[in-house]
Amino acid sequence: MTGARSLPLLTVLAFGIAFLYLPILVLIAYSFNASALVSVWGGFSTRWYGELLHNRQVLDAAALSLKIGVAASTAAVVLGTLAAVALVRFRRFPGKLLLTGMVNAPLIMPEIITGITQLLLFVSMAQMFGWPARRGFSTIVLAHIAFCMSYVTITVQSRLQSADRSLEEAAMDLGSGPVRAFVDITLPIIAPALISGWLLSFTLSLDDLVISSFVSGPGSSTLPMVIYSKVKLGVSPDMNALASLIILAVGAGVVVAGWYMRKAERDRQAAIQAAAS
Amino acid sequence: MSGAAAASLPDTGAHAPRGSRRRRRWLIILPPFLFLLLFFLIPYTFALKISVAESTISVPPFSNLFQRASDGHIAINYNFDNYDYLLTDDIYILSYIYSLKTAFFSTLICLIVGYPMAYAMARSRKSVQNVLLLIIILPFWTSFLLRIYALEGIIRENGLLNTGLLWLGLIDHPLQIMQTTPAVYLGIVYSYLPFMILPLYATLEKLDVTLLEAAGDLGSPPWRAFLDITLPLSLPGVIAGSMLTFIPAIGEFVIPSLLGGPDSLMIGRVLWDEFFGNHDWPAAAAVATAFLVLLVGPIAVYQHYRSKDAAVPL
Repeated sequence: MTGARSLPLLTVLAFGIAFLYLPILVLIAYSFNASALVSVWGGFSTRWYGELLHNRQVLDAAALSLKIGVAASTAAVVLGTLAAVALVRFRRFPGKLLLTGMVNAPLIMPEIITGITQLLLFVSMAQMFGWPARRGFSTIVLAHIAFCMSYVTITVQSRLQSADRSLEEAAMDLGSGPVRAFVDITLPIIAPALISGWLLSFTLSLDDLVISSFVSGPGSSTLPMVIYSKVKLGVSPDMNALASLIILAVGAGVVVAGWYMRKAERDRQAAIQAAAS
Repeated sequence: MSGAAAASLPDTGAHAPRGSRRRRRWLIILPPFLFLLLFFLIPYTFALKISVAESTISVPPFSNLFQRASDGHIAINYNFDNYDYLLTDDIYILSYIYSLKTAFFSTLICLIVGYPMAYAMARSRKSVQNVLLLIIILPFWTSFLLRIYALEGIIRENGLLNTGLLWLGLIDHPLQIMQTTPAVYLGIVYSYLPFMILPLYATLEKLDVTLLEAAGDLGSPPWRAFLDITLPLSLPGVIAGSMLTFIPAIGEFVIPSLLGGPDSLMIGRVLWDEFFGNHDWPAAAAVATAFLVLLVGPIAVYQHYRSKDAAVPL
């Protein structure tokens, strides 16, 4: 597209990107501020990063959040992929409309409502069956799977729709069972969607404040819950350090994963072309 | 649904493996189905149940819906006081209106800011487009809570914005931005701008430039070509982006809680306070149910019909 690369448009784009990134850059800069006063620059220092390492509350919460993130996103990938296979591959089955609705609804449901209803479920279940006796790791993981699953299903669904079914059929004609054909042929094709679904679930789980606050119990505070309660009281320099670490880790992860997946896709396309010629 | 069973009737017996395949596919359908049923759908029935219970001082803080009377009968204790309360206490109606208004105007601001950004992206060179795309997507992966915290660092009383404006001499005392309604708007625009830009970019990028060239050749000025061709063709992106911004904005809790003042009564915050502050679970359940029916219901119905028309999911 040519001609329309006008100056006003580019100015808006530049300002928009600056608006999105400036707060984060300033935050990272201030995390190296030696002064405890947020408005005064007291020289470069890594003091707050050091203090972070001795903050038991933060370290425990971070460990809990990471464990929840891994468990929830792994389960969400399994269940979400099954749902995607069911919705794409099975033309009709009783309850298909309901499954479609249940997969899409969490995407538009306000977190606060999901959180309240799930807490009420866990409380009622505890009254009726005595489980969960106390809320914590397991209830948070279950709640996170429920909303992460939708994102996995949507991602895998579109990949599965564009996947060439005839390859799998060819494998089955050659005598491999449907499970074997799926594992050998389809799974490698949808693998990028599984990876991005897992990463998306992991970051969503790691970042969730609202749902976790409802379904967690005493003594099981996730990292966002600790951050929220600290931030609510005002700006604290060690939170700047923590935020910078998380943002840089996630940013690097996304860039590397994106680069890797694009490379894998290019290699695959090249292999297809080489095979076709 | 019954059609599927009828269609499979002639097959039974003739294709034995097919029957076992049909049974086996329930192994794929049932795990996600039952999980979502139990942990997503059924919780709403509990919310409905507790919304008609009474608030009590106990653990958990609500009365039992079913109570076994001394003569063995089961009595159902329900009351709609919580719903009456929603209508009589102004705070709930005001917060509904405030949430709608806030979500609407911040979506509008996102559209006004996001459209030219998406347009500029779609018009840039292909190699640049990929980099820009990554730049816009990256904040989407970054912690939402931390980004709001980062924004606070810019707009608070001794933040970068006030320091800069004071230094330039444009103001002589710091602006009070934090804990005001504009801060809530700013927070929502800052958080959801990427959600607006991505669908807009997707439609604008696919736009056939030859249409614009044809309009130009036929003597149409660029602004006219924009209004007659670009804008109508990008309408699906405008709608998708607006929905992606409006829907999460309306139930927002973190932004009004951290950036807004005591008067930023968004419904998410009222729910939170009712629950954690007042420990009035039945009232919170009633607010959630009413919210669901009045706001989320219409959106879901609209989405359902729109996606049927346009044949695109969500």
